[in-house]
Amino acid sequence: MTEAAPILELDRLRLSYATRLGELNVTPGLSLTLARGEALGLVGESGSGKSTVAFSIVRYLGPLGRVVGGRILFEGRDLAAMSEAELGTLRGRRIAMVYQDPMSSLNPVMPIGRQLMEVPMLHEGVGTEEARARAAAMLVEVNFADPAAIMARYPHQLSGGQQQRIVIAMALIGKPALLIMDEPTTGLDVTVEAAVLDLVSALRKRHDTTLLFISHNLGTVAQLCERIAVLYGGELVEDGPIRDVFRNPRHPYTRGLLDCLPRLGRSKQEGKLKPIPGHALSPASRPPGCGFAPRCPHAEAGRCLAGPIAQVDVPGEPGHRARCVKAAELAPWRPAPGAAHEASDAATRPLLLRAEKLEKSYRPASGLFAAGGRVVRALNAIDLELRRGETLAIVGETGCGKSTFARVLSGLETASAGRVELDGEEIGTRRVEARPQALKRKLQMVFQNPDSTLNPSHKVGYSVGRALRRLKGLDAASAKRETRRLFEVVSLAPELAERKPEQLSGGQKQRVAIARALAGGPDIVIADEPVSSLDVSVQAAIINLLSELQAERRDSLVFISHDLAVVRYLADHVAVMYLGKVVEFGATDAVFAPPYHPYTEALLSAIPEPDPERRRARIILEGTLPSTGEAPAGCPFASRCPRKVGEICDTTPPPEQALAAGHRIACHIPAAELSSF
Amino acid sequence: MRRGRRACLRFRRTAAAGGRAMARFLLKHLLFLCLTLVVVSFLVFILTELTPGDVARKYLGAYATQEQVEILSKRMGLDRPVLVRYVEYVGKMLSGDLGVSTRFRVPVKDIIFDRLANTGLLALVSFLFIVPLSMLLGIAAGMREGSLLDRVILLTSAVLASVPEFAMGVFLASIFVVSLRWLPGTATLEPGGSWPIATQLVLPVTVIVLFDMGYVVSMVRASMVEVMRQPYIRTAVLKGMSFRGVVLGHALRNAMINPVTVILLQINYLVSGVVVVESVFAYPGFGRMMLEASLYKDIALIEAGALVSVFVAVVTQILGDLAYLLLDPRIRR
Amino acid sequence: MDEAPRRGAQRGRALAAWLAPLANLAGSGATLVGLAIVLFWVAAALLAPLLAPYPPNATDVLAAAHPTPSAAHLLGADQLGRDILSRLLWGARRVLTVAPIAVLSAVMVGSFLGLAAGYYRGFVDLLVSRLADILLSFPVIILYMIVLTLFGSSAFNIILVVAITKAPIIARIVRGLTLQLREREYVAAAKMRGESALYIMLVEILPNARGPLIVDMCLRMGYTTIIIGVLGFLGIGLPPPDPDWGGMVKDTYGMMSVWPHMSLIPCAAISSLVIGFNLLAIGLRESAFRD
Repeated sequence: MTEAAPILELDRLRLSYATRLGELNVTPGLSLTLARGEALGLVGESGSGKSTVAFSIVRYLGPLGRVVGGRILFEGRDLAAMSEAELGTLRGRRIAMVYQDPMSSLNPVMPIGRQLMEVPMLHEGVGTEEARARAAAMLVEVNFADPAAIMARYPHQLSGGQQQRIVIAMALIGKPALLIMDEPTTGLDVTVEAAVLDLVSALRKRHDTTLLFISHNLGTVAQLCERIAVLYGGELVEDGPIRDVFRNPRHPYTRGLLDCLPRLGRSKQEGKLKPIPGHALSPASRPPGCGFAPRCPHAEAGRCLAGPIAQVDVPGEPGHRARCVKAAELAPWRPAPGAAHEASDAATRPLLLRAEKLEKSYRPASGLFAAGGRVVRALNAIDLELRRGETLAIVGETGCGKSTFARVLSGLETASAGRVELDGEEIGTRRVEARPQALKRKLQMVFQNPDSTLNPSHKVGYSVGRALRRLKGLDAASAKRETRRLFEVVSLAPELAERKPEQLSGGQKQRVAIARALAGGPDIVIADEPVSSLDVSVQAAIINLLSELQAERRDSLVFISHDLAVVRYLADHVAVMYLGKVVEFGATDAVFAPPYHPYTEALLSAIPEPDPERRRARIILEGTLPSTGEAPAGCPFASRCPRKVGEICDTTPPPEQALAAGHRIACHIPAAELSSF
Repeated sequence: MRRGRRACLRFRRTAAAGGRAMARFLLKHLLFLCLTLVVVSFLVFILTELTPGDVARKYLGAYATQEQVEILSKRMGLDRPVLVRYVEYVGKMLSGDLGVSTRFRVPVKDIIFDRLANTGLLALVSFLFIVPLSMLLGIAAGMREGSLLDRVILLTSAVLASVPEFAMGVFLASIFVVSLRWLPGTATLEPGGSWPIATQLVLPVTVIVLFDMGYVVSMVRASMVEVMRQPYIRTAVLKGMSFRGVVLGHALRNAMINPVTVILLQINYLVSGVVVVESVFAYPGFGRMMLEASLYKDIALIEAGALVSVFVAVVTQILGDLAYLLLDPRIRR
Repeated sequence: MDEAPRRGAQRGRALAAWLAPLANLAGSGATLVGLAIVLFWVAAALLAPLLAPYPPNATDVLAAAHPTPSAAHLLGADQLGRDILSRLLWGARRVLTVAPIAVLSAVMVGSFLGLAAGYYRGFVDLLVSRLADILLSFPVIILYMIVLTLFGSSAFNIILVVAITKAPIIARIVRGLTLQLREREYVAAAKMRGESALYIMLVEILPNARGPLIVDMCLRMGYTTIIIGVLGFLGIGLPPPDPDWGGMVKDTYGMMSVWPHMSLIPCAAISSLVIGFNLLAIGLRESAFRD
């Protein structure tokens, strides 16, 4: 397969990172080759060392990291032994890099044009005029219609997706042979991510660029790459052609990663997700043999921990290797089946929560001398209902108002107009401080960020105990007993209650947060993106926990998420939001099947599916999300809608088309026509 | 929220909007300046006129009889309500009548501007040294955090900023005046002595520069360290730029955004904070005038001097905000 | 197991957690020097009555005639024949009483105002911030001169005026931290279980602001020591005749050309103490960053 010499070869690379505990061995000896022109996806969870490997290739490890041993051969030359000056001639010219968080990758006080022009001026000694022409041409390649206007702007004047396209242009303007991308789409919305991935895929073919694509997301890798390498604890556990690895994964960790994903089309009625048990390997305590053995369902101490494990070639699949002593013995892998299931008894359950014409508008923060007048409308006439014991998911992209909706429910914000009733009691206009304890008890929340959900100054059991005392009126001793019991409910060792948050993993912290939300015995739990910052293997466990607890306690769950696969798995009803409006609402099965609202359809098509056999044409949304301030007269989605019918979309609010069983779509296109695509 | 802000910025990009925004900025700050001056003048008025021992007593001294005090009080109109007298006082100030100094026996405006000019000279010379030196050292230290150069500059500036001005004056005087006899121990600005005026300025300026620079260097360094940790610096390095190119082309301007305010605020310190240096070297400056005025309870001079120093302080603040605005496109509205 | 010692141990651990930033100092040599200097002066201040060879205000006619250091007066005497070593020790006691009280008062008032401004925002914030702006725009040294000459200079007045001028600075720092911390999810969780605003500010927010606050307190101690020295030097400091480092310099500065030791020694003392505080602050800030 690799007829020519590889462009990049990592040869027993050993990287280490200085910490307070001493030198940490990030990769114990990583060997990896990259053939000219191919796209390799390097996959791993947090702590796998994938980013450190990426930065070691450009020799940018910061003051704490260093190359301890091994070679980094780029076009035959060892980067690990090069001087800074020699590296300078390669960086930006032969090797370029793109990483996550494009906003902070761009110099905030320099116009975009200058930042692009620098590269050819530096490496090719071209003049200002030629550099400007090159920059403009490159901007056209990354789909900017008006390069001159963009070049005069500053980074903060662009959206996240535009910024990432600029960063990509900046990387490719020097015509590098190797492009390294480190989580380039993390933090971007799914439709934006789809556009960026399509762009990268087209550009790399056009420029014949070799791509090293680093991601935690198997879906993006499956859509973009020809080969995949799976990293666990700094060791390459499996690599090979992408189709072979996805069809026939031979390492239990690769299988674990594939199994724990809620694949689109699966739902909780078909069974639980399969999380990987245990915690990610800490480089400080590396076992003698297989690093994954402590979490592996197939592990045998005698064989797996006896000594270093060799890579095994998978017979009949050239280039496919797995680092597992039982690689040949494992049974063939099968993806969890996806099947239709019968509709739930949702309609018969009593109504618990109802939002009617709910609005929330902000006046942008301003001082004494504000320009005044402009209002941002975060929620725009929201009608929703939630029945007891049911899960309502709210999906949409950044700025659609889904989190604002959660904050209004929980009383952290108040509605500007309309009503929200909980058990017939109005709550939308009452701040949480103004709600009686009995009402606070009924409605609790699980938050997004595991690092900020628990107070770092207190033991983790403290907030659960406080919730028990404040909401249930328990005394100190019984609160302590009850805290231990709740820890067991969320599958945490009760002893952990005495630890500080910094000693817990992200998943453990989210479990504590769930225990805290359950302390008062709520009727509704609102979960705002509770798994979005967790690794996939942990994510699965938390999703299982949420659905088990709900099934057991028969309370209701409002689940806010941007992840359609998770929503499909967990929810009974789904509301799709765009720009403060609910554009589609209905039972999960109905929403995830035609007829779709054009926005739902675009969202669904944008999801990078973890299956290289199913690379589809995606619906790419043009333009960026308009500001909620400029409240459109017609359909909020009109400015980006690929199925826009005409002027009516801009001028007239779309009708709510009521379909079967409470399913409704706000669109001018008749439902029958929406079904056929 | 951030999206809203971005929209705001886009909304304001037109030139007309920019002009309006600048006008608003100035209006807002001028209003704040006026507000501060009113509040401060009132506070000073209250402080000086309502403190233990009334005004007439302060004028006449401890040996005047109670009768004399009462007569003077009546003649000065001090028996009327404070607010009335304050309004009257403001009116006088606005018409340019700053009153008469009881300590120096001359109209306030005859002494205050002379002294201000003297301090201005000292401040200007010091400022001309402080700004380039501290920028250079701060950038040099902060560009490689933790390097030997960084440690040396950081610790030296911390030590220099720790030595009070009078102590620094004593240390330097004991070397250059007492032992070496190279320089004069006083800076009275009186020509005709054995020391030319330029040599008189050497020690006061040195003390001010060393003390103040310690502080400014550490601010510039902190800002530079912060900037060098930013991902856009990494981007520049990975473009293949040399370290020099990265520092000059990408780090410098970003690193100046925060310290520029700090640097401009030093004007404030240089105008009134140098009272200690003026006292050490018997320099006839504004600060020492205020000290004398306070010690002799020279009310007219105190009130006028306080207003002048607050005026300088607020104007430097406005300049600082303005500079910030010009350097950082993100907040330019 | 007995309850009392266990609770003691728990309290010890809580204390250790609060002082954790201090425990991480070992890394930096400069910091250790700073800590050593500060501890040296603290010990000197505590033990002044035991260590001082003479009462601080006792005059010695013989020494006044020959004030240079001698066996009887290790650091010499001043022009009135008072023992400089004794005055130095008692002076340390005075500055290390006044400065911490002033700083602590400023921190308490400033933290309270900053917490309220950052937590409630809106009108409270506007009020506190504008007040702070106005107080901060007033050149402090001029304020000290006016207030201390008008009201008389006493330890109490100095503490008061330093606290009033430093509190707005601390209020700003705490306000900035509070604005960030109030958006943390654990604060929302506390609201949702019905904690009072005071509880949230003191138990949920303040403990997480302690790192920057401790660093700032350390810097503030250094500045306040300078201020006390400067006020003494200008003749508006702690009232004589009790020894005060700045005042010692003021009284003897005129004799620089004859007996420089009288001024140099108190100058060295005050400089070293401030250096100690500032080095300590640098170390604390770096260890806070490492976390």
